[in-house]
Amino acid sequence: MSLMKHLTAATATIALTAGMAAAEPALIFDLGGKFDKSFNEAAYEGAQRWAKETGGTYKELEMQSEAQREQALRRLAESGANPVVMTGFAFGDVLAQVAPDFPDTKFAIIDMVVDQPNVKSVVFTEEQGSFLVGMMAAMASKTNTVGFIGGMDIPLIRKFACGYAQGVKAANPDATVIANMTGTTPAAWNDPVKGGELAKAQKSQGADVIYAAAGGTGLGVLQAAADEGILAVGVDSNQNHLQPGTVLTSMLKRVDNAVYAAFTEGTEMTAGVNVMDLAAGGVGYAMDDNNAALVSDEMKAAVEAASAAIIAGTTVVHDYMSDETCPALTF
Amino acid sequence: MDFATLIQILDSTVRLATPLLFACLAGLFSERAGIFDIGLEGKMLAAAFLSAAAAAVTGSVWLGVGAGIFASLMLSGIHGLASITFRGNQLISGVAINFLASGLTVLLGQTWFGLGGRTPPLTGDARFGPITLPFADALAPVPFIGPIYAELISGHSALVYLAIACVPASAWILYRTRFGLRLRAVGENPAAVDTAGVSVNGIRFAAVAICGVLCGLAGAYLALGLAAGFGKEMTAGRGYIALAALIFAKWRPWYALGATMLFGFLEAVGNRFPNIDLGLFVLPSQFMQALPYVLTVVILAGFIGKAVPPRAGGQPYVKER
Repeated sequence: MSLMKHLTAATATIALTAGMAAAEPALIFDLGGKFDKSFNEAAYEGAQRWAKETGGTYKELEMQSEAQREQALRRLAESGANPVVMTGFAFGDVLAQVAPDFPDTKFAIIDMVVDQPNVKSVVFTEEQGSFLVGMMAAMASKTNTVGFIGGMDIPLIRKFACGYAQGVKAANPDATVIANMTGTTPAAWNDPVKGGELAKAQKSQGADVIYAAAGGTGLGVLQAAADEGILAVGVDSNQNHLQPGTVLTSMLKRVDNAVYAAFTEGTEMTAGVNVMDLAAGGVGYAMDDNNAALVSDEMKAAVEAASAAIIAGTTVVHDYMSDETCPALTF
Repeated sequence: MDFATLIQILDSTVRLATPLLFACLAGLFSERAGIFDIGLEGKMLAAAFLSAAAAAVTGSVWLGVGAGIFASLMLSGIHGLASITFRGNQLISGVAINFLASGLTVLLGQTWFGLGGRTPPLTGDARFGPITLPFADALAPVPFIGPIYAELISGHSALVYLAIACVPASAWILYRTRFGLRLRAVGENPAAVDTAGVSVNGIRFAAVAICGVLCGLAGAYLALGLAAGFGKEMTAGRGYIALAALIFAKWRPWYALGATMLFGFLEAVGNRFPNIDLGLFVLPSQFMQALPYVLTVVILAGFIGKAVPPRAGGQPYVKER
């Protein structure tokens, strides 16, 4: 029965899409919300840039709960949206089930690999970007202690933490890294109060630079760092402007570029895994007027050298997700 | 663990326990009058939002608190109307309030400020600053007592002291005044109160209103004291933890202080020591996060004392059956 329903739905979709001249692309935001000033907002900016440059329109949908994922994907695919781009690892399992039902629709998923002939998987080498900001954090620290605050405790966030810790140790082998995770449920992405308390707890242990990879929770970390007079490191989007003068830098993850590229390729999108690494400009660190005074020339030189070494392949940053272990940090 | 660490953990405990204490006392008044309230979470959220919005627009933290109390009172009014006047199911009304607050805050926030449901970040007078109690600086160098007074007792925001003061005030109102006696009686045996010629619905509405004011303070403290502005779903389940604390406290004000401080302490310890190494095995941070709920279930199961809810709780009062 269910199969029949899918078949009829798929046929109807094909019939519908065949009649359309150019299908509208669609973008699905994950639970953090479209305006999280971080990961999802970067995706939104990429889509907006595409819309502005091409004059095209796109559909968008914001997840409100875990249970909506499959329904949302199917509805967008059935409505003829093509390609359908989604942000977030959590779509992985659902997409693996849905994609075969819509063979003529192209899907792109960010932060997860889904092995299907019509799915483009975009993954970032967050460990490389985190490594660079980790070096900067270690060099900016006066107490030789730096902190990391993650959102939900998932392998992806541990990947951030692990790259960061490796960068810290590379710049200063004697430095201590304190790592905290906010929680184990999606609520951990939206708890600025707990983020602030974690930052204060880390400060009391001596940390004076704290890297937050925690979505909306990270805003609380940045705020607490500003209140306590220590430095913070932002994530995903450029967050230097949120607390000018106390955000050392931001680890950039160019989700906007990934979404822009997916929309530009449109229905001609090639399936497969697309790794956005440092060399491809997928990750990096943010420099602007807000943090110019915080970053010394020495730090800039060291980070640029490390960046070149990573691109050349002489420095290899360990990826936590490859074997679920981290040489520089224990969780 | 050295003394300074202990002071820092206790300091964090006080901050984390304050919103729980407000919400727990709010639930206490409502439930003692026989109105179950699982809408604490929603009321806190609405209060956090409107207080942050008002503080951001007016730049005054106290106007923010007033707006927060107003938002919470509005939702309390809806809860009262549904469950007292129209004798609806109190749990369903509470759930509805949680959903309403969750959606309405983000919707209004986006319409008013266009920041995706967040309010603009608050600075200066729009936030609660720490209050330094007299002699705190002078006493700070004194060993032992100095740090306790200067760091643990002094230096919190005004609402923290208000929350602590609410505990004896609640106990006094509930156990030493005529209104308190009637409020408790309405939760146990409303028919008896009615026979005495006292309006059951009037007392219950008063209790729900007190609940609204206290929830408003809880939400305002989250947005104006701990964070600097509102973010979507920023209460993150604290209303439910407060309900657990209420059961843990067996619906008594002084016990509520103990229960919320214990829950705050567990969270503070979990924040400070993510993984506790006990030598033989390592306690993961999730253990500390789950402990409040585990303790509540233990209490409910009757292993440690017995938690008996108000007898008429959850039942709308019908004058003549």
